[in-house]
Amino acid sequence: MEDMLFYDRLQFAFTITFHYIFPQLTMGLSLLIVYFKWRYLRNNIEKYNNAAKFFMKIFAINFTMGVVTGIPMEFQFGTNWAKFSELTGGIIGQTLAMEGMFSFFLESSFLALFIFGEKLMGQKLHFLTGFLVFLGSWASGWFILATNAWMQHPVGYEILDNGKFVLENFSAIFTNPWLLPAFLHNQLASVVTSSFVVASIGAFYVLRNKQTDYGKLFLKTGVIFGLISSVLVAFPTGDWNAKNVAKYQPAAFAAMEGIFETEDAGAEIVLIGQPNMVEKKLDNKIAVPNILSFLTYQEWDKQITGMDQFEEDELPDNIPALYYSYHIMVGLGTIFIGVMALALFFLWRKKLYNIKPLLWTIMFLVPFPYIANLTGWYTAELGRQPYLVYGLLRTSDGISPTVSSGNTLFTLLGFVALYMLLGLLFLVLVGKTINQGPKPQIH
Amino acid sequence: MEIFWYVIIAVVLAVFFVLDGYDFGTGIIHLFFAKKEKDKEVIAKSAGLFWDSNEVWLVAAGGMLFMAFPTFYASVFSGFYLPLIIVLWLIVFRAIGLEFRGQFKYQMWKDIWDTSFGVSSFLLALFFGIALGNIVRGVNLGSVENGVSAHEGHYFFLPLWDSSFSPLSETPGVIDWFTIIIGLISVVTLSIHGANWVILKTNSSINSKLKGVIFKLNIALTILTIFSLFVWQIVNPNSLDNFIDKPYLIVFPIVYFTGLIGLFFIKKIKKNSHAFVLSTLLIVGGITSSLASLFPVILPSVNDTHEHLTIYNTAASEYGLSVALTWGIIGFILLFVYMIIQKRLMGGKIDNMDYGH
Repeated sequence: MEDMLFYDRLQFAFTITFHYIFPQLTMGLSLLIVYFKWRYLRNNIEKYNNAAKFFMKIFAINFTMGVVTGIPMEFQFGTNWAKFSELTGGIIGQTLAMEGMFSFFLESSFLALFIFGEKLMGQKLHFLTGFLVFLGSWASGWFILATNAWMQHPVGYEILDNGKFVLENFSAIFTNPWLLPAFLHNQLASVVTSSFVVASIGAFYVLRNKQTDYGKLFLKTGVIFGLISSVLVAFPTGDWNAKNVAKYQPAAFAAMEGIFETEDAGAEIVLIGQPNMVEKKLDNKIAVPNILSFLTYQEWDKQITGMDQFEEDELPDNIPALYYSYHIMVGLGTIFIGVMALALFFLWRKKLYNIKPLLWTIMFLVPFPYIANLTGWYTAELGRQPYLVYGLLRTSDGISPTVSSGNTLFTLLGFVALYMLLGLLFLVLVGKTINQGPKPQIH
Repeated sequence: MEIFWYVIIAVVLAVFFVLDGYDFGTGIIHLFFAKKEKDKEVIAKSAGLFWDSNEVWLVAAGGMLFMAFPTFYASVFSGFYLPLIIVLWLIVFRAIGLEFRGQFKYQMWKDIWDTSFGVSSFLLALFFGIALGNIVRGVNLGSVENGVSAHEGHYFFLPLWDSSFSPLSETPGVIDWFTIIIGLISVVTLSIHGANWVILKTNSSINSKLKGVIFKLNIALTILTIFSLFVWQIVNPNSLDNFIDKPYLIVFPIVYFTGLIGLFFIKKIKKNSHAFVLSTLLIVGGITSSLASLFPVILPSVNDTHEHLTIYNTAASEYGLSVALTWGIIGFILLFVYMIIQKRLMGGKIDNMDYGH
């Protein structure tokens, strides 16, 4: 039984991690593509149109990856989490079905038109199809976050005698206080990723002295979008989410902040330290007193409940992983703001394109927003443990009753092998596209 | 309300098999009949341009099944664990086969991805047929052995095969001689459908030859169909009851046989779209007839201990289903609009469309 739960969770964690590499780029990138296309409509400079089309190629590769790795996500609810699906399908089935209906059909219909239809449609319609792709991909984020928000903070339900959750109030699902901050935070974080990708490709072109006019455009656009989104991810949306966790999941909040003991006065904020689960304390801690109380409640002396106040089986089951995920996300987010602010300063002083160390930094930073996005999700998901539906349905009660751990290990190994292959092919293709660059090829 | 969602999901599934069905069929045709590089390229392209928007129908069907019949979704997806995950892998290989073949100009590279596309399309067609066979035959709900249930009555787990390979075994597996026959019917049907698609959408040099292929496949399909009707009675003796009780259901088999008979005149049919309509009838008729023969059961139990899964004992709440009806209607209207726009802009032959580079 323990084994089954472990492999089911590992397979879901692995497949969702790999999957979320792709949508986090496409959601943000669609916004930047719409921006480039819009600039082209306004100024009629071919460079902007080529930029839009170039990033649409990158978008298309990511979209394909997102589709083929996304179907296993939808299916795994049934294959590995059958009991969870049976009990909650009446509610989260709504949002997942709506995602297919309102987002995927929109996205896939107009993506094909955006890629193949520029000559057929004229520029204004072409812009419109791009905008609809953007709308579709953000709608997808909205429905997934609505699903997740319900699991984090269930609303609008009724529990029957047989344990089934049934929908009682449809609109409550979309007015869930967890949803809007989580959605905004997530979407802005995906804009961070795509801004870094755009800026990074720009830095690559400038450093390589190849297609530098595009390189400069990408850098400029990426840095501006990158700074704005990085700031907004932290404040107000990140702050807002943290307050939600403190309010609705105090045990998760204590664990992610690393507060083992409740202090009488205000709580300190931990910058660095390693959770020591044997002695229930942080090793090598560096912390600033009272800041956490202030950030959370705007009161320096407000008490924050530590992990000592919760029953063992109410606390997340992997506290170190949760703590690290959260701190990596916050730490990286802070670095992003710093680097992008510096880059924008030099952009304003018209020196950015000549400061090589900064360009190298921007280029090599590209994996980190992905890591920040993923660790953000780990924070949300590990924090929700030991529940699937917070406070109501335990993770161990959600797995498929008939699928053995041997079968799950078999499919997990298959997914690992297949996704290694997919990852390699993806890198080859994206590398090839970047190498060709946005300049139109002459046939 | 249950019936309404049952019909909607059946329609979405049928659309999926009609649309992605031609992609699978195109893959099979590609595997066996495309020899020249120019033909290979254009045939792969005739699936490559459309597969991802077609696959969305599968995602939509999955989502709706989850929403409307959560117990059925949970039971079937966990019970058919291995074949489902294998199908997911095949879907990946099909997709990357199409997407990657045009990326480099080496023959070897193209051959690898052509094989990936062709073989996975063939296996997908086979597996989807086998899946239908399993639904018709039923499963050992509750995993009953010697009168003792190992699970709740709506759960089960099927091995890929049982040592007897017989659909009449007490613990049938996914693959047995009956489901294999249905699988073959699916392969042949989708091959015909794919060949029609290739003729409709491309100017490949094998188009005229494919008409002959369709004719021969249709003979094979007729034999398989007649044979399957007999064994169907052995596997599921009640399968005609619905048609006797509600004679109007006979319209579904008529749809199927219209397609089957019509395709014998493939060489005389002038408009390629008409031939495509006939193979569409085959798919739609085949799926709807099978579902109609079971209704309202959606997964029969092969033991007497547990009752069949029906649309009534697996459905979500009445309120949930009716809320979903409201957004569902809006969604379908939107979808219809998208399809008209897409059709107007992307109709016709695709030989000269730019794809994959």
